[in-house]
Amino acid sequence: MPLLEIIQLKKSYAAPDGGTHTVVDVPEFKLEAQAQVALSGESGSGKTTFLNLIAGILAPDAGSIKLNGLELAGLRESARDRVRATTIGYIFQTFNLLQGYTALENVLLGMSFGPGEDRELAKALLKRVGLDAKLNHLPRQLSTGQQQRVAVARALANRPKLVLADEPTGNLDHANAGESLKLIREACRENGAALLLVSHDREVLGQFESVQQLGILNRAAK
Amino acid sequence: MTLPLIVAKSLRQHLLSTVVTAASIALAGGLLMAVWVVKTQSNDAFTKQNAGFDAVLGARSAKLQLVLNAIFHLEASPGNLPWTDYEDIAKNAAVALALPIAVGDNYHGYRLVGTTTNLFAVEHAPGRKYRVAEGEPFAAGYMEAVLGSFAARQLKLKVGDKFHPYHGLNFDEKQKHEELYVVTGILEPSNTPADRVIWIPLEGIQNMKGHDAKSAAEISAVLVKLKNPIAGRGLELMYNKQGNRLTFAWPIAQVVAELFGKIAWFDRVLELVAWLVAAVATGSVLASIYNSMNERRRDIAILRALGARAHTIFLAVVLECAAIAVLGMVAAFAVYLGITTVAAGIIRAETGVVLEPLAWHPILAWAPAAMIGLSALAGVIPAVKAYRTNVAENLVPVS
Repeated sequence: MPLLEIIQLKKSYAAPDGGTHTVVDVPEFKLEAQAQVALSGESGSGKTTFLNLIAGILAPDAGSIKLNGLELAGLRESARDRVRATTIGYIFQTFNLLQGYTALENVLLGMSFGPGEDRELAKALLKRVGLDAKLNHLPRQLSTGQQQRVAVARALANRPKLVLADEPTGNLDHANAGESLKLIREACRENGAALLLVSHDREVLGQFESVQQLGILNRAAK
Repeated sequence: MTLPLIVAKSLRQHLLSTVVTAASIALAGGLLMAVWVVKTQSNDAFTKQNAGFDAVLGARSAKLQLVLNAIFHLEASPGNLPWTDYEDIAKNAAVALALPIAVGDNYHGYRLVGTTTNLFAVEHAPGRKYRVAEGEPFAAGYMEAVLGSFAARQLKLKVGDKFHPYHGLNFDEKQKHEELYVVTGILEPSNTPADRVIWIPLEGIQNMKGHDAKSAAEISAVLVKLKNPIAGRGLELMYNKQGNRLTFAWPIAQVVAELFGKIAWFDRVLELVAWLVAAVATGSVLASIYNSMNERRRDIAILRALGARAHTIFLAVVLECAAIAVLGMVAAFAVYLGITTVAAGIIRAETGVVLEPLAWHPILAWAPAAMIGLSALAGVIPAVKAYRTNVAENLVPVS
């Protein structure tokens, strides 16, 4: 049984002209446990909406999203929050670190809504990404690359089965992007998490054995 | 741990508005508690204050004026009464002790009250008489004075010091009397209006040079201690109903209570103002948090993306409002102590009545509870806004 199985997934938004604008229309998508898959997609291909649907941040209009055997599509928002807190790690293009929290506190928050805080694990994750000397630094006291590594540690803090990464190297320079991607992939592997990454960067996509075109996968993509 | 951390971080991130809003809660809460405590304590203190007497006999006048003049040493004397009136009431079978007093002079604003040495036999509180703490009582017929403790402290007079009285109840340096009085004693603090008085022999006031000659056989009032307080009813009937020359003010507590009854509207206005200030302060919590919701949206969306439930965010905002009120109410006790200490000082200086800012009053518990509860309630509005924050829209731009 795949870790993630999507069937006939649809999501639309109200259009300015009063009609509806379909953003996601994915007939089928599967992701095996511990697999690492990249989705290529340009702007407007619906990749962020697709990831937000999988994460349970958005509710689909139709279709099925089965994650780890659990149907997300019919769940209430609070239940989807619970699934996200316990099963999914999310790495954002803009990292989305909480600016008032230290690196350690950001990672602790990543686990506090799910399995509960484990200070030692949080420290170990930050050590794994090379930030054991920056535990009490605020995001503004870290470089962009270091902030990205905190985001990686936070995404793994709740021991997720699936890590979603939305253009994770989009804000990094060339050297940092390669190093960061390697870190994300290794960290997911070490933690037994599957990785679903979306990017439009050919160099990033070239690192993956399995790359799918979101433009083909998503019938609503322009 | 998570919820307190989120609240603490948010308070710190919005430090300026937290401090300003908590300060407004502190001022409002402190004012509310101070108004309530000063009002109830002064009401209690004045109505329970009788300086050890049950009634006052004086010239025909309002009972309140008589009590204020003879017991609280405020107001002007309504007029004199002949010495024989004192003799009559002193002989009455219902009277345990009658103390004649005469007023009309001061020393730097502190009233000279002429009386007999029977003053020192009066119990101003159960088991506590007016006792000379330093020196000795004045001797009848001599130009000697015993100072109330507060008056002695304020005037910086000590045993052996000498002073010239001034004519009238208000200080006027041109009205200096020739007589020279010597301080023979200082009273032990009694927490009664007697602490603000300079006590001298009755003849001192009666025979002071410059006073009307006929005042030598007159007094200002008689302070009366009854054998049985109920006996006052008979004397009241005799002096107030059957006679028309004198007024018998009895019972003192009821007379003072009538005063508070007359100014009860003022109390209610003060209470209303205090409550309005409290309402505005809790409204400022709402405004402060609500106005910052736009800058909080991203943080809320990130927390939600990490798995925080919407109701957790709702609770965090409500708790933040309550926490601001808690911080404010802690500071409010300092404001309260400041206001009540100043108010108690003024009331003591003006009336001799002592208030106790540190004494317990239920308002000290329920005002903080009300302010914290109201602030938390005010937090519901921004909390609903936080609850409804669109996570996807505020997290990253939709591609």
